Amino acid sequence: MEFAELIKTPRVDNVVLHRPFYPAVEGTLCLTGHHLILSSRQDNTEELWLLHSNIDAIDKRFVGPLGTIIIKCKDFRIIQLDIPGMEECLNIASSIEALSTLDSITLMYPFFYRPMFEVIEDGWHSFLPEQEFELYSSAISEWRLSYVNKEFAVCPSYPPAVIVPKAIDDDVLRKVATFRHGGRFPVLSYYHKKNGMVIMRSGQPLTGTNGRRSKEDERLINATLRAGKRGYIIDTRPLNVAQQARAKGGGFEQEAHYPQWRRIHKSIERYHVLQESLIKLVESCNDQTQNMDRWLSKLEASNWLTHIKEILTTACLAAQCLDREGASILIHGTEGTDSTLQVTSLAQIILEPRSRTIRGFEALIEREWLQAGHPFQQRCAQAAYCNSKQKWESPVFLLFLDCVWQILRQFPCSFEFNENLLIMLFEHAYASPFGTFLGNNESERCKLKLQQKTMSLWSWVNRPSELSKFTNPLFEANNLVIWPSVAPQSLQLWEGIFLRWNRSSKYLDEAYEEMVNIIEYNKELQTKVNLLRRQLAELETEDGVQESP
Amino acid sequence: MEHIRTTKVEQVKLLDRFSTSNKSLTGTLYLTATHLLFIDAHQKETWILHHHIASVEKLALTTSGCPLVIQCKNFRTVHFIVPRERDCHDIYNSLLQLSKQAKYEDLYAFSYNPKQNDAERLRGWELIDLAEEYKRMGVPNSNWQLSDANRDYKICETYPRELYVPRIASKPIIVGSSKFRSKGRFPVLSYYHQSKELNAMANRAAGKGYENEDNYSNIRFQFVGIENIHVMRSSLQKLLEVNGTKGLSVNDFYSGLESSGWLRHIKAVMDAAIFLAKAIAVESASVLVHCSDGWDRTSQVCSLGSLLLDPYYRTIRGFMVLIEKDWISFGHKFSERCGHLDGDPKEVSPVFTQFLECVWHLTEQFPQAFEFNEAFLLQIHEHIHSCQFGNFIGNCQKEREELKLKEKTYSLWPFLLGDQKKYLNPLYSSQSQKSAVLEPNTVSFNFKFWRNMYHQFDRTLHPRQSVFNIIMNLNEQNKQLEKDIKDLESQIKQRKNKQTDGILSKELLNSVRPESPALKATLSLKEQALLPVNDVLRTIEGSSPADNRYSEYADEFSKAEPAVVSLEYGVARMTC
Repeated sequence: MEFAELIKTPRVDNVVLHRPFYPAVEGTLCLTGHHLILSSRQDNTEELWLLHSNIDAIDKRFVGPLGTIIIKCKDFRIIQLDIPGMEECLNIASSIEALSTLDSITLMYPFFYRPMFEVIEDGWHSFLPEQEFELYSSAISEWRLSYVNKEFAVCPSYPPAVIVPKAIDDDVLRKVATFRHGGRFPVLSYYHKKNGMVIMRSGQPLTGTNGRRSKEDERLINATLRAGKRGYIIDTRPLNVAQQARAKGGGFEQEAHYPQWRRIHKSIERYHVLQESLIKLVESCNDQTQNMDRWLSKLEASNWLTHIKEILTTACLAAQCLDREGASILIHGTEGTDSTLQVTSLAQIILEPRSRTIRGFEALIEREWLQAGHPFQQRCAQAAYCNSKQKWESPVFLLFLDCVWQILRQFPCSFEFNENLLIMLFEHAYASPFGTFLGNNESERCKLKLQQKTMSLWSWVNRPSELSKFTNPLFEANNLVIWPSVAPQSLQLWEGIFLRWNRSSKYLDEAYEEMVNIIEYNKELQTKVNLLRRQLAELETEDGVQESP
Repeated sequence: MEHIRTTKVEQVKLLDRFSTSNKSLTGTLYLTATHLLFIDAHQKETWILHHHIASVEKLALTTSGCPLVIQCKNFRTVHFIVPRERDCHDIYNSLLQLSKQAKYEDLYAFSYNPKQNDAERLRGWELIDLAEEYKRMGVPNSNWQLSDANRDYKICETYPRELYVPRIASKPIIVGSSKFRSKGRFPVLSYYHQSKELNAMANRAAGKGYENEDNYSNIRFQFVGIENIHVMRSSLQKLLEVNGTKGLSVNDFYSGLESSGWLRHIKAVMDAAIFLAKAIAVESASVLVHCSDGWDRTSQVCSLGSLLLDPYYRTIRGFMVLIEKDWISFGHKFSERCGHLDGDPKEVSPVFTQFLECVWHLTEQFPQAFEFNEAFLLQIHEHIHSCQFGNFIGNCQKEREELKLKEKTYSLWPFLLGDQKKYLNPLYSSQSQKSAVLEPNTVSFNFKFWRNMYHQFDRTLHPRQSVFNIIMNLNEQNKQLEKDIKDLESQIKQRKNKQTDGILSKELLNSVRPESPALKATLSLKEQALLPVNDVLRTIEGSSPADNRYSEYADEFSKAEPAVVSLEYGVARMTC
């Protein structure tokens, strides 16, 4: 298919662009296969380059011959284009609609993107499972890297290499896979060096209504326990939901079959409940006219912060089991690809200083989200404005990023990265020139040959010029476990995401710059003082030499 | 001291307000003439000024003792368990007496002695001079003059002696106007805005009813719905009830925040002040502000409006002047609103607290426009209730003069200025928005719950690292480093000069012994010690193993799922 077929009118002059907090810009609108471009052809005026894949929904309306298209983006921005001529306007609108909803992944921009920067390090090879496993050197006596899923035959949503207990061979893993949802047998997610306790994750056990059991499954997870130790199973679903799951073949671990494990049920919401929460929140944040009561009641009704609290609480509980109880845990919900990953990854942010560095956080995203099979393609297909609601669309990853932001707010010096990195990841998860977030799992990514045909996001991010934007000037490595407060008074609306387009951040940005200046100036002064001290010491030595007889 | 029956109780428990597992500290409770003091086993002291106590409540006896709940005006809430009911009863009765004084002379300020002599004390009171302030504003001038009509408080008891009125307002006009206005509070100058084209001014007055538009030509009326003191009092009450709840859910927090109406009231005050500032700065129009009596809402709007218009009021000293002018001198009834004495509880209202909160919201939107920081606002709030200084005692100037406050008490301002370092905003910029009129955004989402005010003593709810403190300390450190550089440079220069001289007089110096190696060692040590100075600042509060904030995550599931486990103090307890 040629993009030209979809572009009915490639170019319209005298289009006026309206954006909040910017003066209107008049210019020429151009449509390409992947971008909407507005150029005023004047110096000093920023051009608008918008990826079609970033467009969530469009509205059009007409007043006489003047057409208006309102473009609602997946990053929650809303822009308005005034287009003279009804036909041109209709053509543009239908072209945008077609181009922003391409069916085939291989037609997406990452397959056409040619980077303008020099690749210093190929991001596709930045976080290999082997390298990651090596970091767990102290775990090597009890754990091993298994390639049982090399051809994605055992579990389609797992990567080829997974970490499993050393005592369990691949045959057992194959058997366990048949007992767990989606073949997601328990694998190692995190190894707590301090005491050797671990977080494992999996899909739900397929006990069904007649209480099926799997000796191999029991053997596998018991193999992770040390003699005389108990472990915890954190089921991210409430008990009644877990019970209902039995009717569909799923279920939960029966106490009788897992006597060394204590099961705890939490209630993290999923799917459309989260999507609706996001839609309500964004709608409310976009309303500049509502009075205080309405704003507060809509903020409450969106339940967004309730979800944040629930996820953070569960992650803290998991971290607590490991660090304070000295117990290993297994985490799962139903599939083990959503709430499970929120909990395992946030627990690591709390426990593991490395995951609070830029590199370590990228590795965490790679390991716990991409490799672990979070279905990005499905979950991030649409954001908050689209009308065609699909069951599988859900802001699971955005909630995770929001939770990280909440912890970052409470420990502003313990993270090597700043808020910008989180915002960037949110943007790229929904629309990106890079291939990293395409596909739903490693198996799909392999088939799409993303490594050969697209550029990795990490290749771009990890260049020094980009990294500087994402670096937290206040960072000071902190090797402690960081326990966030989950009280409602301590949680906040993430303004950098939700109010980003709804108010001017000029004064806040200026204040941030000033803060950076103070820190930079401090470094300069310290260097200068040290230099002068050395100089003085040298002079004194010289004096001494000269003065000695 | 006659109210104190028991001065010391041992084995008292102080409960953690937000712990659902009834976490507590054990220690000793002392009762002094001015404070209630609790010293826990780690020798940590909690001081509670009697004047800060808003309410004391004795709850039903439990197996562990008699609970005593004390709520303070600075939003501290403490929950003690006293082992013996008798002791609890004694303390309860003493506190009831001590927290509500019958007469001004029994307030702390009259006994507080910071060891200053009379001259120092008087200088302290003269620090803020309103006559100077009117001069700074540019009055008197061709339009405005100082009136002596109220010199003996004959026309209005609640106004100050010195008032600025239009030149054309003769004494009969003033008298006539005062008879027409509630409590004789006729329109007088509050703030005079000097602008290039046209001089505009904001006035204040009191009403009860409102002006008939027909009788006032060239005047536009604007009604801004700020609620009365009773609505504000119960709004704050509701807010405190909500945020004091243990195990509060997000939904209950936000629906409580909404139904309390607190942020709605804050927004209303802010909107009114913005209207005022715009009228003056943009339309060059004069504005007359009044409510019913003109000492509550009028003070809020006039002072906040002035703050938006004039960068001077955004400095530490300027803010003190603003409070002296618009609040103290114009008769905001601090003693009644803050309940300094045992009086009518219906007169108590958080009017001034709301003003401080509005200022805080401005500092959030304009982080570089204010010379002072949040701690400054909190400290002022602390002292409107503490009665430790004379500034906020009494309800108007006349009353303050009668109480001879300047002779018998101290002024707060010199103490705050002396501690200025603590209250400086490290990001304050004398360029950016400083000279401009502030135009805050009042879309509802800009208003947030002020955690550091209403939970200032609930440290577990705060961020564990404060960017603000770090930047503040770095700023201080930078000043020290600049000084060090100067010193070092001059030392090096001296050395170099000495060397040049030394070559000439080498023969002479030969007998001088070289510098000892020990001295050099201290120098290089200094160099190392310099770098990690800010380590201390970045220490994470409560990250020690003793911290058990984490236990609260688990409380939730132990409640919902009694069949599972309860994790407490790092020990798993099976409750099934």
